[in-house]
Amino acid sequence: MSLVFAGVCSHAPGIVGRKDRADPVLRDGLYAAFERMRLAIEAARPDALVVIAAEHFANFFMNNMPAICMGMGEHYEGPIEDEAWLGIKRTRVPGDAQLSKALIEEVMNDIDLAYAQEWKFDHGISVPLHFLTPRYDLPVIPVNINCQGPPLIPLKRCYEFGRALRRACAALPQRIAVIGTGGISHWPATPDSGRINEAWDRAFLDKFIGNRREELLAYKDEQTWREAGQGGFEIRTFIAVAGAAEGHTGEVWFYAPIPIFAVGCTIAVMRLRHEDE
Amino acid sequence: MSLYAVQKLIYQLNRDPRVREQLAQDFDGLLAQYELSEEERNAIRDPDIGLLYVMGVNGQLLMHYAALRGFGWNAYIEAMREGERKYGPVRTGLYTSAGSRS
Ligand SMILES: [Fe+2]
Repeated sequence: MSLVFAGVCSHAPGIVGRKDRADPVLRDGLYAAFERMRLAIEAARPDALVVIAAEHFANFFMNNMPAICMGMGEHYEGPIEDEAWLGIKRTRVPGDAQLSKALIEEVMNDIDLAYAQEWKFDHGISVPLHFLTPRYDLPVIPVNINCQGPPLIPLKRCYEFGRALRRACAALPQRIAVIGTGGISHWPATPDSGRINEAWDRAFLDKFIGNRREELLAYKDEQTWREAGQGGFEIRTFIAVAGAAEGHTGEVWFYAPIPIFAVGCTIAVMRLRHEDE
Repeated sequence: MSLYAVQKLIYQLNRDPRVREQLAQDFDGLLAQYELSEEERNAIRDPDIGLLYVMGVNGQLLMHYAALRGFGWNAYIEAMREGERKYGPVRTGLYTSAGSRS
């Protein structure tokens, strides 16, 4: 049928794992925005949720690193992290192998990608699902974009992947929701954890919700690294969602730097116009 | 330098409960399976989280190894700071601090 929902959210492990250490007002605001996103996804009545995540070496390593990989499993397991550390219980999450296969075949017309029939979710997927599909009753199709081990896929290819995904959704009978998950500026897992470049984040989000392709693709990794940290490479997941929602603009539902969560916590949603359906 | 092997060992520890079991039962036997320098072997065994960080181990790997070896959040962050004080800036990879600190 088509893409029925497109949005982005943060996935930092501290969002659940260190929830008691955050400013409760900001944390509750973030949680409320996640809940609003959950309801919006539910209202879009999707048959499956594609989660475009920045994997963190849970499944892929430098012995065989795909630029982009899509899951094709019957089911998945996660989180891989220690349950107490992440604050999320390990569980089995349903997939939809047939739908995955159909999507992968369609996407491959436009862009190469790898597939994987097993996948262990890390916080990049488990944190969003904890809020967005808390009963784990919606089939999930994971996507990984390598944002950790350079060489990384260029931003323009991320946008192209998003466009290809949108075309794939349009070619299939199912209703599909997509979310991208990642930090914007952040320095996670470093002594600078908690540092956040709010001005950089707000400028990026403005381009993202405006879906201004040229401006989004003008970011250069070297500069991103200096201004937004190594975590800033995760803008690839947002840019893929912008590609999937090409021609549409969106709205930021929540943004606030929450240092103990190590990221400017973000929920933003694209307004997909009805003619798409 | 065999940073790749250090990271691969930590990747497998994070991912595979059987490798974690081997760490508990036969740490030296586990380390012997990887091409590591003495400095690397010691840093993993101790563990010297600060030195591993300075060697350039990716934080998304090291964060979980620190947790596995009993470091709470604050202790883990402090261990990285201590590593930089003791061994100097991160030597290689995405985490080299030159330019990333304002
Ligand atoms: Fe991440």
